[in-house]
Amino acid sequence: MSDSHTAVEHGPELLHHFVDAEQQRDASTLGMWLFLATEIMFFGGMFCAYLIYRSWYYNEFAAGSRSLDITLGTINTAVLICSSLTVVLAVRAAQMGKRKLLVTLLLLTIVFGFAFLGIKGVEWYQKFEEHHIPGHAFNAADLVQAYPQIHIDQSHEQIYFSLYFAMTGLHALHMIIGVGIFVWLTYYAWRGRYTPKYYTPVEMCGLYWHFVDIVWIYLFPLLYLIDRKPLR
Amino acid sequence: MSEHIMSSKFYYIIWIALLCLTGVTAAVAFVDLGPFNTVVALVIATFKAVLVVLFFMHVKYTSEKLTKVVIVSAIFWLFLLLALSMADYGTRLAR
Repeated sequence: MSDSHTAVEHGPELLHHFVDAEQQRDASTLGMWLFLATEIMFFGGMFCAYLIYRSWYYNEFAAGSRSLDITLGTINTAVLICSSLTVVLAVRAAQMGKRKLLVTLLLLTIVFGFAFLGIKGVEWYQKFEEHHIPGHAFNAADLVQAYPQIHIDQSHEQIYFSLYFAMTGLHALHMIIGVGIFVWLTYYAWRGRYTPKYYTPVEMCGLYWHFVDIVWIYLFPLLYLIDRKPLR
Repeated sequence: MSEHIMSSKFYYIIWIALLCLTGVTAAVAFVDLGPFNTVVALVIATFKAVLVVLFFMHVKYTSEKLTKVVIVSAIFWLFLLLALSMADYGTRLAR
């Protein structure tokens, strides 16, 4: 063992078992992506259930999709895309060591996160009032009446709404966790922990946030846009 | 991970592209394309997802090559899950 290896100078942010900061960051990135791969399979199970039931009960899925508020859905998609922009700009601010800008952008992301959850809550409340929540009080008679051209089986309609609430619910849970993580990030960003040499947590939490955004990018057309074309 | 810092203008362009695609996908849903409505919606969603992965998640400029292997594997596993399940359920005569 030569002494030159033991006397390497580095800041406290570099753990000693890594050769350099780049290797440490690459290891974190790989680990984060492995976690996201498990998340893809986690949501994948639901997408698979969706695919099977949609192929069986297309009419009920189409009618259920029509009953969702497409305006709020589109706005929410835009809100998430804006939050992804603030996240990527936050990573950039961290890379350049702009602490105030970083804190501002992280706070903006949290605001967008709450905006998304708020709009989602309004949509869920509408479904609650329409008796579209699966269970004893479920009643899709309004859909049967609204779309006489389509044959709708109420129990199959419940499957659409079960998947709707399970998928948007699991997504919203990820959003809530994401907002929590970003509150934690903001606190340490404000304390000045992240520098151009060490901003890995900002980058990794950003990857998580973008992933949750991508899940929504697929949920939006799959749940809201199944069949919107004019009925003949 | 890239040490390379992108210009903020570049991120704004991606952001505007994503917003435009969101508007397009919502508008196209009201046009009758027959069975192609779903295809168009999924193609647009995938295009949006690719933009986010490559540019917002910095995969295009990453120095960590294994990241790409993980992503491709994850998509492949998802494809296996969906394709083999549908091969079963799609070919059942009675349910």
